[in-house]
Amino acid sequence: MLKIEKKKILLVDDDQDYLFQLSIAIQDMGFDVATATTQKEAEDIIEKLKPDLAILDLMMENQDTGFILCHIIKNKYPDVPIIIASAVTAETGLLFDVDSEESRQWIKADLFLDKGIRTDQLHKEINKLLKI
Amino acid sequence: MGKLNLLVVDDEPGIRSGIKRILESFSVSYPFMDEDFDFEVLEAETGEEAIELLDNYLFDIVLLDNKLPGIQGIEVLEYINKQAIDVIVVMITSYASLDIAVKATKSGAYDFVPKPFTPKELRNCLENIAKQLFLRRMTQKMQVEGKQIRFQFLSVLSHELKSPINAVEGYLKLMQDKRNGDLIDDYKDMIDRSLTRIDEMRSLILDLLDFTKIESGKKTRNIKPVYLCEVAGRCMDLVQPLCIQKDIDIHLNCNDKVSFKADVQEMEIIFNNLLSNAVKYNKQGGRIDINLTKEKGDTIVAVTDTGIGMEKSDIEKLFEDFVRIKSEQTKHISGTGLGLSIVKKIADLYSASILVDSEPGKGSTFTLRFPEN
Repeated sequence: MLKIEKKKILLVDDDQDYLFQLSIAIQDMGFDVATATTQKEAEDIIEKLKPDLAILDLMMENQDTGFILCHIIKNKYPDVPIIIASAVTAETGLLFDVDSEESRQWIKADLFLDKGIRTDQLHKEINKLLKI
Repeated sequence: MGKLNLLVVDDEPGIRSGIKRILESFSVSYPFMDEDFDFEVLEAETGEEAIELLDNYLFDIVLLDNKLPGIQGIEVLEYINKQAIDVIVVMITSYASLDIAVKATKSGAYDFVPKPFTPKELRNCLENIAKQLFLRRMTQKMQVEGKQIRFQFLSVLSHELKSPINAVEGYLKLMQDKRNGDLIDDYKDMIDRSLTRIDEMRSLILDLLDFTKIESGKKTRNIKPVYLCEVAGRCMDLVQPLCIQKDIDIHLNCNDKVSFKADVQEMEIIFNNLLSNAVKYNKQGGRIDINLTKEKGDTIVAVTDTGIGMEKSDIEKLFEDFVRIKSEQTKHISGTGLGLSIVKKIADLYSASILVDSEPGKGSTFTLRFPEN
C-alpha cells in the first residue's frame, strides 16, 4: 500500500494556548506538527529536522524574536517557506509586509498573517506556499 | 556644526555683500546648545527671485528688504505665509514706518533691522533667531520621540490584550465544535486555561490603571508620615496564601520608627509588586526577607528572595514597560510586565533609586533608597 508522507509544519509561539489551538487546527488540515515555545526550542528542533513550512510568532522573548528565528531558519533551509503570525496589526499602524523588494531583503518571511485569521484562510495560504 | 540657511533679499548689491561679509566669520554658540550654528548665505535681488528661491530651497531665515523694484517685501512675506513656508523672516528697511511695521508683524515677521544697521545689530538679531530655531528644533524632536514611545507602548499593549482574547476565543470555538465530546467535563482543561487567561487580563487592566494614573499625574496624592512596617505587614498578608502554597518563609525585619512622608497607596503598590515578584519567582520552600532601615535620613526598603535570579543583561531591561524576562523557568509564571515599571515610576516621584542585585539560581534583592524629604 502506498503511504503518503504527511508534510511537517513547525509552529513557534510563546502563548501555549494559541500554540495548542493552532496545532489542533493544522493537524485537522492533515499536516504533522512540531511545536516550540521559545527561540531555543525552535533552534533545537530545526537542528534535528527540516520542516516543510514554519509559522512563527513575532513577539516572543523579544519583540523581534520572530524575525531572528526567521533568519536562522532561512539560513539553514533557504527553501522552507515561513509565515510570521502576529497579534500586532492594523490598529497600531505597525504593519509589515513582504511585498516590496526592500522589506524582503531584511525580513526573510514569505508571508505575514494576523493571528485572528480564519482557519480556512490559513489553510489556503499554507497550501499556496507548499504548492499543493 | 549646525548650518542655518539664510536668504538676503535686497536690491542694493552693497547691502547683500555687506551682510555676506558680516556673517562669513560669524557663528552662534550657547552653553545649552549641542552645536554651534553658522550661516550659509544666498542672495536675491528682487522679490520675484526670492520667491523662486523659496520654492526651490529650504531656508531657516530670510532677511527681507521691503522696498524692492518689483513686488514689495511685504508681498513676499504674504507669499511665505500663504504657502506656509517654515522660515523666520526679518524685515530690513530704511522706511520702517509704523504702518509697514504693523503690517509686517501681522503677517508674521519675526523682527526688524532698521537700515542702516551695524554689524553688531545684525549679529545680535541673528543670535536670537538661532536660539529660537534651536529651541524649535528641540521641541519638534522631543514631540516625535514622545509620539514614538507612546506608539510603542500602544502596540505592545494591544498585543498583550489581544493574546488572551484570542486564546479564550479559540477555546470557545473548540467547545462550540464539540471537539472533545459532548460532556462539559471533556473541556475541563480548556475552561481552566480560559479562566487563567481572563485572570491575567484582569490584572493587566488593573496594573494599567495604576500605570496610567501615575503616568498622567492625575492620581491624587496624599502625602503624610507613613509607617512602612504597617504597610509591609498588610502586603505580606496579601501574599501569605501564595507563600503557603509554595512553602515560602517570609520575614519582616524592621524598626517601628521607620516612617517617612509618602502616599500610602503608592507605598502599597510598591510593596505589592515587589512581594508578589519575590513569591512568583521564588523556589518551592524558599525565603523572602523584607528589610526596612534608615540610613543618614534615607529610607531603605530591601526585598530579598531565594528565587531563580537573573543575568546582568536582563536587569537592564527589567524596568521597561511590558518587559518580562522570558526563559525556561519563567514561562509558566504569569505576569503583566508592568509591575516593575510601575515601581520605577513611583520611585521616580520620590527621587528614589532602585538597585537590583541578582545571581541566577540564587535569588535577587531589590533595594529602594528614598532620600530624606
